[in-house]
Amino acid sequence: MTQAPTATRPSAAPATGRRRRLGDREGPLAWLFLLPAVVYVVALVGVPFVLAIGFAFSDVSAGDPSYDWAGLDAYRRAFDDPVFWQALRNTLVFTGVSMVLIVLFGKVLANILIADFRGKWLVRFLVLLPWTTPVALSTVSWLWLLDSIFSPIDWILRQVGLLEGNMYWLGRPTLATASVIAVHVWRLVPLAAVIMMAGLIAIPRDIDEAARVDGAGFWRRMFEVTIPLTMPLIAVAALFGAIFTFTDMAVVYVLTRGGPTNSTQVLASWAFVRGIEGGDVAQGAAIALFLFPLLLAAAVLILRAVRRMQVM
Amino acid sequence: MTRIVEVRGLRKTFDGRHQQVEALRGIDLATAEGEYLVLLGPSGCGKTTLLRTIAGLEQPTQGEVLIGGNVVNELPPRIRQVAMVFQSYALYPHKTVRANIVFPLKAQRMDRDAREKKARWAADLLGISHLLHRKPRELSGGERQRVALARAMVREPAVFLLDEPLSNLDAKLRASARDELKRFQQRIGTTTIYVTHDQAEAMGLGDRIAVMDAGRVRQLGHPREVYDDPADTFVATFIGSPPMNLVRRDGVLVGFRPEHLLPAEVVRERAVEIPFVVDRIEYLSGDRHVYGTVTTLGEATRVIARLPSTVATPLTAGETADFTVATDRLRFFAPETGDRTDAVPLAWSRS
Ligand SMILES: Nc1ncnc2c1ncn2[C@@H]1O[C@H](COP(=O)(O)OP(=O)(O)OP(=O)(O)O)[C@@H](O)[C@H]1O
Ligand SMILES: [Mg+2]
Repeated sequence: MTQAPTATRPSAAPATGRRRRLGDREGPLAWLFLLPAVVYVVALVGVPFVLAIGFAFSDVSAGDPSYDWAGLDAYRRAFDDPVFWQALRNTLVFTGVSMVLIVLFGKVLANILIADFRGKWLVRFLVLLPWTTPVALSTVSWLWLLDSIFSPIDWILRQVGLLEGNMYWLGRPTLATASVIAVHVWRLVPLAAVIMMAGLIAIPRDIDEAARVDGAGFWRRMFEVTIPLTMPLIAVAALFGAIFTFTDMAVVYVLTRGGPTNSTQVLASWAFVRGIEGGDVAQGAAIALFLFPLLLAAAVLILRAVRRMQVM
Repeated sequence: MTRIVEVRGLRKTFDGRHQQVEALRGIDLATAEGEYLVLLGPSGCGKTTLLRTIAGLEQPTQGEVLIGGNVVNELPPRIRQVAMVFQSYALYPHKTVRANIVFPLKAQRMDRDAREKKARWAADLLGISHLLHRKPRELSGGERQRVALARAMVREPAVFLLDEPLSNLDAKLRASARDELKRFQQRIGTTTIYVTHDQAEAMGLGDRIAVMDAGRVRQLGHPREVYDDPADTFVATFIGSPPMNLVRRDGVLVGFRPEHLLPAEVVRERAVEIPFVVDRIEYLSGDRHVYGTVTTLGEATRVIARLPSTVATPLTAGETADFTVATDRLRFFAPETGDRTDAVPLAWSRS
C-alpha cells in the first residue's frame, strides 16, 4: 500500500477501501497452487490404490470383470501357492541386502562427492546418471551386459583369464539373485549418496577440524563424529533404498522375468504375473497389497526415529 | 628459554577464485615457555590464519612452523600436541559434556579410569562438574566455553591455541571469563597463544602482545611497551581508546596519548605548552574526554584529551585553555612510513 493518500491527509484513516489483490490472499492462493498436485496424486495414486484395495477382496478377473465381494478368497488363493512364499522371501532378501549395500556404497560415494578435486563436477554428473535414467531403460542395458552368451563382463573375465566359457549370469538362481541385487544397488546408490552428501555438507567445518586437532584419525572421526551427526539422513537414505527396491518390479521383470524357475520372483513381479498376465486381478491386487501395512509401519517408525534423533 | 612454538618467515596465500589473498606476509614469532602471547589486530589481518597454520589445519605457502624445536610443517594436526579452542567452541553436538571432554583422551587410547579421572579434574577446575551429563545445546555460552577449555586442557598439550574464545559472550560475562581464563592459565602454566581483536582483552591477558596488521606483525612486546612505545603509527592508533593523538609538524608526526594532554597546572615535569581550543566535553565513567584543536604544536589538528576525575580544572566549550604534554611522553614518527623516529626538540617550559 502506498503512503500517498495518508501523506496528503494525515488525519484520514488508513486506506481501507482498496481491494486486496489475489496475491495478498494466501488461503485461496495456496489451494490454487496445490490443485495440480492434488489432482495428480488423486488420479494416479489415490484412485488406483483404492481400486486395488477393492479388487483384493473381490473375485474380479480378466474373464469376468463384474465386481462381487469375495472376502479373503483372493488371499487364500495367493497363500496356497508356494511361489507366493518364495516371492515374499525374495522380496525381503533383496530389500534387506540392497538396503545395506546401498547405504554402504552410498556413504563411500558421498565421501568422494564432497571431496575437493579437479573434475569433481564431471564425477558428480556421472555418478548421478544411473538415478536419472528410467529404470526400464537402464535395466535393458544391464540385460545386455549380463547376456548369457554375449555378456561383455564374461568377455573381460575371459580376456583376463579368470573364466572359460560363460557365466550365465541370469540363468543360475544364485547369480540371477546377485545380478538383480547388483542392479538395484547400482541404480539407488547415487540417490542415497546425494542424500547423505547433504548431511555431510551440513556438518560445520570446525567440528571436523576440532576432531582433527583433538587427535582423532580418519576412522574415529568417521564413526564418532561424522556418522552420528548424519544419522538422520543415513536413515532416510536407507528408507528410500528399501522402499524403491521393495516396490520395484521393472528390474526383475526386464532382467529375469522372475526366473530361473521363480528364483528371483518378488511380490511386485508376482502380482503382475498373476493379476495381469494370468488374469486373476483379485489375486494380483491381494499380493501387491500384502506388505503394504508392514511397509507403512516401517516407514512411519523410521521417520519418527529420525525426528527424535535431533542430533544438532 | 625454550621456544614452545616458533614460526619463521611464515607466508600464506589463498588462491581465491578471482585473486590471490595474501593472509600472512612473512611472520616471525616465538613463544616462551609458559607464556601468554596475545595476537591482536583488526579483523582480517590474518590472526586466525596464523593460529590455524600453527595447529596444522592450514599449510603454509612458505616458511616453517616449529613446535618444541622440531619443524612440524609436514605433520597433521593430531600429532602436533596442540589444543585449540575455536571461536565457535566446536563442541560435538551429539555428545554429552563428559563425552566431549574425554574425546581427545579416547583418541590417545587412554584407558577408561584414567580418562574419567582426567575429565573430573578438568570439570572441577572449571566448575562444570554438574553439567557433565548435558548436551552442548543445553548450555549457556559461558558454560560452552568452559567445556571447550576443559576439552583442550585434559590433553596437557604443549600449547593452547585460543581463537577469540570470548567473542560470543556478553560484555559482563566476558570480563569475568577473561579473569577466569587468566587465573586458569597461571595455575596450569601452559604456553598459550590467544587471538583477539579486543585490545582490553589483549592488555589484560597478555604477557606479550603481537600487534598484527595486513598479515604482518607490527610490534611484539609487553603490553606496557606496546602501549607506551608504539613501533609505528598503526600500533599507536590501534591501541588505546581514544587512540594516540598525532600532530604533523615540519616533516615529523608528534604523538601523545590523550591522558597525557593535561591542563598546565597539573603537569610538574618538563612539558611542552599546547594551547587547546576546547570544542566539546564528554563524561565517560568519571573521566572527562575533551575534544578540541591544537594549533601551535604543528598543523591545526583535532585531538582528544582525557582528564581523570582527579583533575578538576574547569573547562568550557569554545574557550582556549592552557594544556601541556610532558616532554618524555611525546613520541615521534616519520610521516611517510609511520615508523618511530628520534625525538625532535620542541620548545619547552617548566611549569
Ligand atoms: N580459506 C580462505 N580462502 C581465501 N581467503 C581467506 C581464507 N581464509 C581467510 N582468508 C582471507 O585471509 C585474510 C585473513 O583472514 P583471517 O581469518 O586470518 O583474519 P582474522 O585476523 O582472523 O580476522 P577476524 O578478526 O575477523 O577473525 C582475510 O582477508 C580473509 O579474507
Ligand atoms: Mg579470526
